[in-house]
Amino acid sequence: MSLELRDIHKHYGPVRANDGISLTVAEGTLHGLLGENGAGKSTLMKVLSGFHSADSGEVVLDGKSIKLASPDDAIAAGIGMLHQDPLVFLPFNVIDNFVLGSPGGSRLDRKKAAQEFAELCDRYGFNIDPASPARLLTVGERQQLEIVRLLWLGARVLILDEPTTGISADQRSKLFVTLKALATEGMSVIFVSHKLEEVADLCERVTVMTRGKVVGEAEMPVPPEQLVKMMFGQAVEVKDRPAVDHGAAQLKLSDIRTASGMLSEEPVSLEVRAGEVVGLAGMEGSGQDAFLRICSGMRNPRSGSVQIAGTDLTGKNYRDFLAADVKYLPAGRLEEGLIEGLTITEHFVLAGEDRGFFVDWGKAKKRAEAQVDHFTIKGTEASTAESLSGGNQQRLLLAMLPPRLNVLLMEHPTRGLDIESADWVWEQLLARREVGTSIVFASADLDELLRYSDRILVFFSGRIIGELDAKATNVDEIGLLIGGRSVDSGAA
Amino acid sequence: MSGFLTALGEMFDTATIASIVAGASGLLFATMGETISEKAGVINLSVDGSMMLAALAGFVAAFHTGNVWIGFPAAAAVGVAAALVVAFGNIKLSLNQVAIGFVLFALCTALSRFLGSGYVGRQPVAVPAWDIPALSSIPFFGPVLFSHNLIVYLSMVTVLVTYWFIYRTRAGLALQGVGERPEAAHSRGIPVNKLRYLYTAIGGALIGVGGAAFTLDVKVGWSDRPTLNFGWIVLAIVIFGGWHPLRAAFGVLLFGALQAFALNLQPEFPTFSQVLPSIPFPAMILALVVVNWKTLLDWLDRYPWLRSILRSDPPTAIGTRFEVS
Amino acid sequence: MSARVQNLLLPIAVVVVSTVALLFLAGTNPWDPIRFIIEGSIGWPPFEAGTASKIGDTVMVWVPIALASAGLIVTFNAGMWNIGIEGQIIVGAIAASWAARTISAPRPLLVFLTIVAGAIGGMLWGLLVGVLRTVGGVNEIFGGLGLDFVAVSITTYLIIGPWSRSGVASTSGTDIFPDAALLPSFGGTRLSPLAIVITLAAIGGVWILFRGTLYGLKLKAVGANRPSAFLMGIPTNRFLLGAFMICGALAGIAGTSQATGFHFKLIPAISGNYGFLAILVVLLARFRAFWVIPISFFFAMIAVGASQLDLRLDLSSTLGGVLQGTLVLSAMLGLGWAAYRARKHADAADSAAQDAAT
Repeated sequence: MSLELRDIHKHYGPVRANDGISLTVAEGTLHGLLGENGAGKSTLMKVLSGFHSADSGEVVLDGKSIKLASPDDAIAAGIGMLHQDPLVFLPFNVIDNFVLGSPGGSRLDRKKAAQEFAELCDRYGFNIDPASPARLLTVGERQQLEIVRLLWLGARVLILDEPTTGISADQRSKLFVTLKALATEGMSVIFVSHKLEEVADLCERVTVMTRGKVVGEAEMPVPPEQLVKMMFGQAVEVKDRPAVDHGAAQLKLSDIRTASGMLSEEPVSLEVRAGEVVGLAGMEGSGQDAFLRICSGMRNPRSGSVQIAGTDLTGKNYRDFLAADVKYLPAGRLEEGLIEGLTITEHFVLAGEDRGFFVDWGKAKKRAEAQVDHFTIKGTEASTAESLSGGNQQRLLLAMLPPRLNVLLMEHPTRGLDIESADWVWEQLLARREVGTSIVFASADLDELLRYSDRILVFFSGRIIGELDAKATNVDEIGLLIGGRSVDSGAA
Repeated sequence: MSGFLTALGEMFDTATIASIVAGASGLLFATMGETISEKAGVINLSVDGSMMLAALAGFVAAFHTGNVWIGFPAAAAVGVAAALVVAFGNIKLSLNQVAIGFVLFALCTALSRFLGSGYVGRQPVAVPAWDIPALSSIPFFGPVLFSHNLIVYLSMVTVLVTYWFIYRTRAGLALQGVGERPEAAHSRGIPVNKLRYLYTAIGGALIGVGGAAFTLDVKVGWSDRPTLNFGWIVLAIVIFGGWHPLRAAFGVLLFGALQAFALNLQPEFPTFSQVLPSIPFPAMILALVVVNWKTLLDWLDRYPWLRSILRSDPPTAIGTRFEVS
Repeated sequence: MSARVQNLLLPIAVVVVSTVALLFLAGTNPWDPIRFIIEGSIGWPPFEAGTASKIGDTVMVWVPIALASAGLIVTFNAGMWNIGIEGQIIVGAIAASWAARTISAPRPLLVFLTIVAGAIGGMLWGLLVGVLRTVGGVNEIFGGLGLDFVAVSITTYLIIGPWSRSGVASTSGTDIFPDAALLPSFGGTRLSPLAIVITLAAIGGVWILFRGTLYGLKLKAVGANRPSAFLMGIPTNRFLLGAFMICGALAGIAGTSQATGFHFKLIPAISGNYGFLAILVVLLARFRAFWVIPISFFFAMIAVGASQLDLRLDLSSTLGGVLQGTLVLSAMLGLGWAAYRARKHADAADSAAQDAAT
C-alpha cells in the first residue's frame, strides 16, 4: 500500500509541531523518519494514526484521499501504529490484549484467537506465552504482541515510533529482521527514530525532519555524515570554549551496582572533578536515568559507595544529598521540577535559603522581580509556572538553583528549547564551572554532548559501554557505541 | 461462651442461610452496579444517596400505581440520572469525580428524606413470593436458592451476568480496557467516553434497582433513611471484592451472614452485636493494605494461582479523566 | 457582557433558579421557608430580644462546622480528600468525653484538658488516615471512610458498654458530664465565648498558614505536585501527615464542642454529620479560609432554623439539607460549566490566531 501525506499542518497552542509536511512512502518499503526529539515526528505519526486530527492537509492511501478522525478510521484504512511505550493493558493477559478492540460480535472466542496468535507468532519467530499477564512481558515482547495484533487486524502500513527505546539488543535485531520480512511481503513500514545508526541499518529511504518541517530526503545507503548534516544543518564542529581547571573530585562512585535491571550487570566507578562536565549519551532508557538517580540519592545502589566532595553518602537519602549541595533536575520540567499553580515568587521562596516561619512577601516579591530580570524570564513575579514557555520554565529552574553547588545533575537541559534559550542555558551552566560545580547531564542531542562535555559516557542496554574524551571523538564513534555496535574503543 | 457457640451454630440453619440470600438482593444489585461503573473508571461516590433516592422513587411509584413492577424501572431511572450527573460532571466539565459524587450523595440523601417524609410508615405492595417449581423442593438448595421471589432470583442472575459480561464477552473486555488504560483503548478505536457514560448509567440503574429492592422487598415500606449507610457498605465491598463481581457477591453474602450473626448474638452480647456490622470497613482497609503491600505482591507473583484468588488490582485509570487531545 | 461577568453570573443564576424551583415544587412560595429558617435560627427580625437561646444553638452548630472546615482547607491544600473528617470529630468527642468523665480538676483546667484531649484524639485518628495513605498506600478517601465507621462503632460500643448510664442499657447516650467539664457558656444558653474564640482563631490561623508561612506554602506545593515538591527538598510524606494531624486536631476540637458544649454527653450521632457538611462548605468556599466563616454560619442557620419548618409550614425540616445540597451542587455545576465555556472560548481564540498567522 502506498501512502502519501500532503501539506500536513498541526499546532498545539503556539507551537507549530507540523508545519506543512509532505511525504511519500512507497509500497513494500522501509521508510525511516529521522529527527531530533521535538522535531514533530511523533505528532505526524499521531495524525497518521488518527490519534490527533490535523489542522489541514491530506492523507492519500493508494491514490485515494482518506479521512482520519479517530484511531478507528486509521485501523479501518489499514494503518497500524506501534507507540513508543506499547499501549498494552498491563494486568490483562496476552490473549485478552490481542483481541481487545478487534471487530466481531459480542462472543469472545479466546481459543480461536489464541490459535491465530500462535500461528502469527510462529511465522515471525516470536515466543510469547499467551497466558502471561502483559505486565510480566519485557518491553520488546509487548512490541511483538502489538505487531502481531496489528497484522492480525489487517494493517498494511505499520508505523513504529522510536521502537528501540528500552528493548534489549537481541530483541532489537529480531525486530529488524521482522520488519524486513514484513516489507518483502508488501508492508509499508514507517520507522520513526532519532537514532542515525538504526535508520542506516534498516531503512531503504529516509526523510529528515527538523522543527516541524521536512529538511531532507535520501535513498539509502547514504553516509551518516550526510544525514547528520541534514539533521543539524552542518556537520558538528566542536567550538572552543574557555577551559576551566578541574579541581578535586566532587562526585566519586566506586563499584556501584543495582540489584536488578539497569546498571546491575557490571559495577560502575567514576570520578567527576570540580568544574568538569560529563555528558551521558545513549538511547533513552539505557540506564542514564538510573545513573542520575543514584548520583542524586533518589535511589540507593545495592553495593558500592557514593562520595560527594570527599564525604561518604552511601545509603543516605535524597535530602542528605541535597544538603551536600547536590541538585538533580529531571527532564519533565512541569512534572518533576516546577509546581503548577504556584507563582514565580512562590517558587523562589520554596527554593530560597530562608528558613523562618513567616514569609516576607514584600521582600520575596522584590527578590523574585530581580531574578526575573537577571535571568530574563519572560513573565512577571506573579506568573504561574504553567503559563511560562518551555524555555522560560528552564530559565526559572536554573534561577532557582542555589548559588553554591557541588554537583549538578540534569536530564536533557535544552530539550524543546529554541536556540536562543538553549545557548543561554549553557552559558549559565558553563559559568557554574568557574565556581567549582561538577555537571553531569544526559542528552539525546549528540551536538550538545560533543559541544559541552569534557568526557562522554555512553550507555547501552543498562551498562556503560564507553567513556570518551569529547575532544578526541566524533559523531560516528558515539553513534556506533549508542547502537551497541562496538565495545572495543576506549571502554571504561 | 456457650451462647456464642449457639449463635454460631444457628448460622448453619437452612432458614438462616435462606434469609441471608433473601436479604442480599439490594446489596447485590448495587454492588454489581458500582463494580461496573468503577471497572469503566468512574467512581460513583453518590451511591449511598442515590440508592436511597431511588429506593424512594421505587416505593412511591409502586405505592401510587399499586403495581410493584413499576417501582423498579422508576428506581432505575433515578439511579441513571444521578450516575449521569457524575459522568457528565467529570467527563464534560472536568470536575473531580469524588467531589461531584460526594455532593450528589449529600443532596440525594436529603432529597429522599424531604420528599419521603409524607410516606413514612406507609405500606406499598411488595414483591410476591414465587417458589421455582421443582427446584424449590430440592433439599437444602431448594429453600436456600429457589424459594424466594423474582427480585432475589434476578439479583443472583445479575451477579452471574455481570461476571460473564465483564470477563467473557468482547464488549466486557472493552469495558475493562476503558477503565484500565483509556489511551490504549482509544488507540484501538474504542469510544472511551461514550462507554464511560454508558457503563456509569448501567451501574446507576443497578444501584437504583438495588435501592428499590430494599423498599419493595427486603424491608418493605418507607422509613426515614431506610438504606442508611448501605451505599458506603457497597463501596467497601466493591474494594473488598477486588473489583471482581463474584468476589464482591461473596462479600455481600459474608456481610449478610455477619448481620445475621449479630442478630443471633444480640440477647447475650448486646454490645458486641452492635459493633459487628461495621466489620466491612476495617475489612476494606485491610484489603487495600494488602493490594499495596509490595513484599506480599512480589511473593504472590511466584504463585499465579494464589495471586488470582487473593488479589485483583483496582482499574488503573479509576477516578481519572480521559480527554482526546 | 464580558466573559468574566458571565462566568460569575452563571453559577449564581443556576443556584437561585434551582433553589426557587425546588421550593415551588415543594408546594410553597420561596420566601416563607427562608423567613422561618431565619426566624428559627437567629429570630425574626434577626437578633430580636428573647432569641438568645436560638442564637446560642446556631452559633454552637456553627462552631464545629467552621472548625472542621478550617481543618479541611489544610488537607485539601495538601491535595487530600479527608472524608475521614467525621471519624476525627467523633474520636475527638470520645477523647474529650473520656477526659470529662475521668479527670477531676477545677473547671478552667478541666475544660482546657477536655479540649486538649479532644484535639489529640482527633489528631491521632487523622494521623491514622495519613499513615495508611503514606505507608500503606491506602487511598485517603476509602481509608478515611472506613475509619469513620470504625469511630461510630467505638462510640456505640462505649455508650452501651463501658460508659452506659447506670442501670440503663440505652443508645440515648452516656450520663451528663459533670458541670466542671462543660464549656463555659453565656447566661442559660449554649453559646460559649471560648468556643467562638477558638473557632475564629483556628480560621485565622489557617488563613495565616496559607497566606504568610513557609509551612503553608510547602503544604500547597506538596498538594499541587508531589514529585516536584520532593525534588525541592520538601519531605512530602511528613507534610501529608502534618496536614492530616492539623485537620484532625481541629476536627477533634469540633467534637469536643459537640460533646461538652452542645449535648453535654456522648451520644451515638455525636458528629451531627457536621464533618460531611463541612466538606460541602469548603467546596462552596473554594478552599478559601475567610469564606468559611459566613458560609458555615449560613449552613448552621439552615441546620437549626429548618427544624421550625415542621411546626410552622407543615414542611419537612429536612428541607434544610436539600437547600444545602442544591446550593453546592448547582454552584459546582455552574462553575464547571462556566470553566468549560471559558476553555472552549480560549481554544477557539487560539485556533483563530493560528489561522490568522498562516
